Amino acid sequence: MNFLTRIRKFPFWSWVWFIFGALYFLVPLYATLRHSLRMERDVIGFKAYVRAFEDSNFWETFLLSNMLAVATIVASVILIVPTAYWIRLRVPEARRITEFITLLPFVIPAIILVFGLIRIYSSPIGIPFTNIDLLQPLTTSKLGTYALITAGYMVLAMPYMYRSVDTGMRTVDIRTLTEAAQSLGAGWFTIVTQVILPNIRSALLSGALLTFAIVVGEVTLASFLGVDAFGPYLFLIGQHRAYEPAALSFVTFLLTWAALGVIQLVTGEQGQGAGAH
Amino acid sequence: MAQTSLSLPAVKAPPNIKNWLGVSPFFLFAILFIALPSVYLVQGSFLDPEGLFTFKNYIDLFSTPTIINAYKLSLQISVVTAIGGGIFGFLLAYAITVGGLPRQLRSALITFSGVASNFAGVPLAFAFIATLGRRGFVTLLLEERFNIDLYAGGFDLYSFAGLSAIYMFFQFPLMVLIMVPALDGLKREWREAAENLGATRLQYWTRIAMPVLFPSILGSMILLFGNAFGAYATAYALTGGSLPIVTIQIGAQIRGDVLHNPGLGYAMAMGMVVIMAISLAGYSWLQGKTERWLR
Repeated sequence: MNFLTRIRKFPFWSWVWFIFGALYFLVPLYATLRHSLRMERDVIGFKAYVRAFEDSNFWETFLLSNMLAVATIVASVILIVPTAYWIRLRVPEARRITEFITLLPFVIPAIILVFGLIRIYSSPIGIPFTNIDLLQPLTTSKLGTYALITAGYMVLAMPYMYRSVDTGMRTVDIRTLTEAAQSLGAGWFTIVTQVILPNIRSALLSGALLTFAIVVGEVTLASFLGVDAFGPYLFLIGQHRAYEPAALSFVTFLLTWAALGVIQLVTGEQGQGAGAH
Repeated sequence: MAQTSLSLPAVKAPPNIKNWLGVSPFFLFAILFIALPSVYLVQGSFLDPEGLFTFKNYIDLFSTPTIINAYKLSLQISVVTAIGGGIFGFLLAYAITVGGLPRQLRSALITFSGVASNFAGVPLAFAFIATLGRRGFVTLLLEERFNIDLYAGGFDLYSFAGLSAIYMFFQFPLMVLIMVPALDGLKREWREAAENLGATRLQYWTRIAMPVLFPSILGSMILLFGNAFGAYATAYALTGGSLPIVTIQIGAQIRGDVLHNPGLGYAMAMGMVVIMAISLAGYSWLQGKTERWLR
């Protein structure tokens, strides 16, 4: 190929867009990293990271966020896997309404969701026209608040979780698997836990990691429900410190990258966008 | 024939309560944590402070300047970042699919887009303060090397322009993620057929590729719009609540009745839900149009 045709074949504009996009990604990350390494005057060092990790509040809030993420993932799997399975197997007529429901979190942003949740669950819920309370206010106890925020996170993660699970079930023939398991004498619980779950594990993993990425840094629900999670903590030290927030932001970025990287490895190329903005 | 097809449903569907029972936990969850909170807000938006039915909240919604301005600002930011992010995201998706870039760049960019579209909220705000803040890396770089003073030139990170720049960080990657499969769906045969008939590259794009892709592009932009419109954490972390977009205003209303009328707060929330619902409906309508050709 002579030089001129090679020049003509060179995708100039494609490179321009790519480089511009790469800069938009990388410059903020570089700036954050750079800032986080400059806590000590004239020295590049990890002091901001050391300081950030020394703070016991960091570990407490980070641990709590991770536990909430795990609780959300487990509860979502328990709720969604049997539902998606049963819909595919027995009630296909419920598919449309279910898909509609799983899209609702896109219509109701986190701030609106938490608005409604607070108003409903901060007062006792009773049977109308009687004085009998069915449920004490959830927001007055720690456990109740954790339960409420987990439910809220399940709502936020639902579109991604349901989609992952449903896509996973589309690729395996659950009907045949079910019949095979039944003819071997398996009950429903055994079928779902021993047969269906292992067969959709890569879909589950990607749903779980996406949920993790949404929950760990989440601020809106956590701050309005008064949960001392990692998101509000990060916001708080951002108000008072200069370098530690940059360090923790960079760590958060690496965590998100790790979670999404594993999804890519497991599911191939289809990355997904989530919404904790 | 008509007779049989008419009588078919009656034979086929004795509504099986037992089967529906299997999905009842899911519906119960949806009622408790999605429907009930929403219904509460709807109901509250039609009540005056004394608890009587009224339309006044919705009338006030359109006549209170702070609320109108909040909606205006939110809409502006969402529209600008949806169009900007949409165009740029499309160009990037084009570059890595049919644009002739090496294969490795494609997977690198897609991975990065997955991360960036999920990297939002507080850490994103901090990253941009370190980049474009008053003492940010890029701000200082431009000042020292090129003698360009961004802030003297009217730029402010804590404003419309700044927030838009930050939102772009998760907007265009989301567009990349949606558009790459769509661009992959363009069939090679269409291009070859066009070339055989003597079409130029430009003709192929304007007459074939773009009409096929257009619903998908528009639909994705609507999705980006909703993505920005519902965003709260990033703006809150950036300004601590001083930039009056709708979500921030609603946040202030939750913390303490700043509008001095709970019903008006609920009406404001409903306004958001209505706008989001319209955009989602538009998205799924366009999605239906796309699926005719792609995939």
